[in-house]
Amino acid sequence: MFTFTLRRLFFAIPTLLVISFVIFALLDLAPNDPTGDLPLTIPPEVREQIRASLGLDQPFFFRYLAWLHQFFINEPLNIIESLTGWQFGDGERMRVLSWATRSPVVDLIVQRLPQTLWVVGLAYLFGILIAIPIGVISAYKQYSVLDQVGTFISMVGYSVPTFFTGVLLVVIFSSYLQWFPSVYDTNLRVTDFSSFVAQVKQMVLPVAVLSLYNASQIARFVRASMLDNLHQDYVRTARAKGVKEKAVLLVHVLRNSLIPVVTVIALGVPTIFSGAIITEQIFRVNGLGQLLITAVQGADIPLVQTLTFIFAVLIVLFNLIADVLYGILDPRIRYD
Amino acid sequence: MHRLKLLLAGTVAAMALSSATAHAERGTDGDLKILFWQAVSTMNPFLSGGTKEVFASSMVIEPLARTDENGKLVAYLATEIPTLENGGLAKDLLSLTWKLKPDVKWSDGTPFTAEDVIFTWKYCTAPDGGCAQKAQYEGVKDVEAIDPHTVKVTFTEPKPYPYSAFVGSQSPIIQAKQFADCVGAKAPGCTAANFGPIGTGAFVVADFKPNDVITFKANPNYRDPAKPAFASVTLKGGGDAASAARAVLETGEYDYAWNTMVEPEVLQTMLAAGKGRLESAFGTNVERINLNWTNPDPALGDKRSTTDAGPHPALKDPAVRRALSLAIDRDIIVEAGYGAAGKATCNIVPAPEAVASTKNDSWCLKQDLEAANKLLDDAGWAKGSDGIRAKDGVKLNFLYSTSTNSVRQATQELVKSMWAEIGVGAELRNASASVFFGGDPASPDTFQKFYADVEMYTNNFDGTDPEKYLAEWLCNQMPGPSNGWQGQNIPRYCNPEYDKMVGTLSKTADPAKRAELAKQLNDMLTEEGAHIPLVHRGDLSAFAVSLDGVRMNSWDSQLWNVADWYRKK
Repeated sequence: MFTFTLRRLFFAIPTLLVISFVIFALLDLAPNDPTGDLPLTIPPEVREQIRASLGLDQPFFFRYLAWLHQFFINEPLNIIESLTGWQFGDGERMRVLSWATRSPVVDLIVQRLPQTLWVVGLAYLFGILIAIPIGVISAYKQYSVLDQVGTFISMVGYSVPTFFTGVLLVVIFSSYLQWFPSVYDTNLRVTDFSSFVAQVKQMVLPVAVLSLYNASQIARFVRASMLDNLHQDYVRTARAKGVKEKAVLLVHVLRNSLIPVVTVIALGVPTIFSGAIITEQIFRVNGLGQLLITAVQGADIPLVQTLTFIFAVLIVLFNLIADVLYGILDPRIRYD
Repeated sequence: MHRLKLLLAGTVAAMALSSATAHAERGTDGDLKILFWQAVSTMNPFLSGGTKEVFASSMVIEPLARTDENGKLVAYLATEIPTLENGGLAKDLLSLTWKLKPDVKWSDGTPFTAEDVIFTWKYCTAPDGGCAQKAQYEGVKDVEAIDPHTVKVTFTEPKPYPYSAFVGSQSPIIQAKQFADCVGAKAPGCTAANFGPIGTGAFVVADFKPNDVITFKANPNYRDPAKPAFASVTLKGGGDAASAARAVLETGEYDYAWNTMVEPEVLQTMLAAGKGRLESAFGTNVERINLNWTNPDPALGDKRSTTDAGPHPALKDPAVRRALSLAIDRDIIVEAGYGAAGKATCNIVPAPEAVASTKNDSWCLKQDLEAANKLLDDAGWAKGSDGIRAKDGVKLNFLYSTSTNSVRQATQELVKSMWAEIGVGAELRNASASVFFGGDPASPDTFQKFYADVEMYTNNFDGTDPEKYLAEWLCNQMPGPSNGWQGQNIPRYCNPEYDKMVGTLSKTADPAKRAELAKQLNDMLTEEGAHIPLVHRGDLSAFAVSLDGVRMNSWDSQLWNVADWYRKK
């Protein structure tokens, strides 16, 4: 298992390099421009100078190498410096700078992580916690009223887009009932009970929207996987041996059914980091999803490039984690 | 300093007692909550150029003079506006002398002097700096200090309208001390300064989260001890225009939302909640349809839409150009897409009042299908079996492009149906705004390339003087391969008489004569059909009913007088 992990990590390096090149090339070919959003009163020669000051007058390959250098050498050195207090060289090195804010991309990401992890991460967790019982009951009592209701809710949650549920909840709970705020306050610090309540209040709506969506997806997986296992021979054997129904269901069937579900959940973790673009926009959570979409709209190429590449790293990493988990959960699978 | 402490203590005491003396004292009205649905990326307008950054930074850094809501110049950091009469503007129009207010302090307590003004000019004109507001300093030869509170700006050639450098929210003064090491290529690296410039304005940046939220505190060194009424400001960004309007008008969570350009009927239902009001102000924005005077036929390859391609086969006929304008009912377009934030217009220079012409309103403002049809009939454009007019094998079927935007697409549909009534066909197309306005010479979809017969967008000019703007329609301003598609004469209009009159305008100093010339130039463009002006667009913002003191301004930042805003008691 260990050598398998090492081998996979080693193969990830060329994969990621190719991915970074493809992202860079695609962004370069895309016909948008960082000065495109500026007022038309700014004359073309000034726009040309702005582009030059962003380094856009350099040839493509040179810009790619510069990004590689900044991302793989300068940024890690900077992180080590700030963590340990050591100093490498004069400490003056070019970091990956966003074109819109002219500030280091990594700082922007660090600033956005908390709200994204809280809102999107919590919604993912709630989604899982809601989905597993619904999936188990739906499968165990297949075609019962409970199953029909569960299936209906998860179909609705899955097929109604978040831009609809989000706005619907705002209209009901913010505009009409005035229970929860419609705008997320990223400046809020939890210091006492009242600020904790405020934090919970502002998280309710976005977390609800995303939980519904996540739960619907995972519940369908749990249900299908449970149904597969419920008709297996070992279940019949267990029942014939007189094992209690509760133990059959929760020990034997559930454990076996969770193997594919864990893979699905692990593969979904990177989507937490990429944020929930639409939901973050609706509630102004301003996390990583909103950062990415504003960067795309404003043609802030270094930011888009860095963010997409980090997502690519996470996806490769969690694919590996899913594979390893699979081996741990299912003794029949051996990689060596 | 001692007085200041007393003052602050007084402020705190006043807050504690929640004194009823309203806006007489600084910081008594609590937190002002502002919503910008396009989030602010930086507080340094020289490094961004975007309207959102210019507006946000106008609360902190100020210019020598601003334009008020009526289009008149008002002195801010200067004691008065230099003119020919008071001797501030030299008789030869080659220099301008500003007198600075003597007791102005930066928010860090250091005095504001002529050095800061000179530094600002050097900062923005430094090579490799990529300063977005460089055009404001065009024609400035030198800026020098006569004494610590007098600045002399000299120009390379006579400037009849010299109020561009250091005037308006695009050209504020930054502190020399803070930005000394940030000139030229080093500018982007100064993140702390770019996110928190020290200013002379009513507020100082307390915390800046790029593309998210900015927290401001009242400037303790602000020159008017009674202002600002608000102790702090929270400027939140993100989302979309409709939900921003909702947060002010319907849920009442915010006091002010900038640029709430949403379909009028949506806003009407929000206003019913009674928590806010809408205000509009009209600057110089005009939504227009440009007519391509050159041939955009794809068969011409690289020559298409350039003078080498020859004149447009259909639009070269003045009758066609006039008929296209006559067929449009501008009032319907305003009603459907703009509401209170739009007025029908036939001018490309719609404001200020002194330069706004009314000459063409008689024939152009009202839809006249009969006249349009007659014009085309007389010119020999006959309807075919498909209802589209044609002459000598040339059909009146136009490719009509614009940027992606729900109001623009609705307008396209309306215009298409209006043109159908005079036997003109239109094929609609739209491109994403960042591509359409992006100016990438490799892209075929930019508005400069104009690979279409007609295209629609909005443009305007800075300040109140249209000279530079009117010079965009000069023959030598046409975009083409030779200048990397960078000219601003998008219709490819060329008239030597027009060029001559622009030359006269650039040498005329008398305001009345300038206005007269500007009107004539504007009329010439409309009459000859360089474009079809459609809608004079205003800025629309939403305010909470409790907010007062707002003077909505289209000539400067909408937050230009935020120091005077207060909460109604």
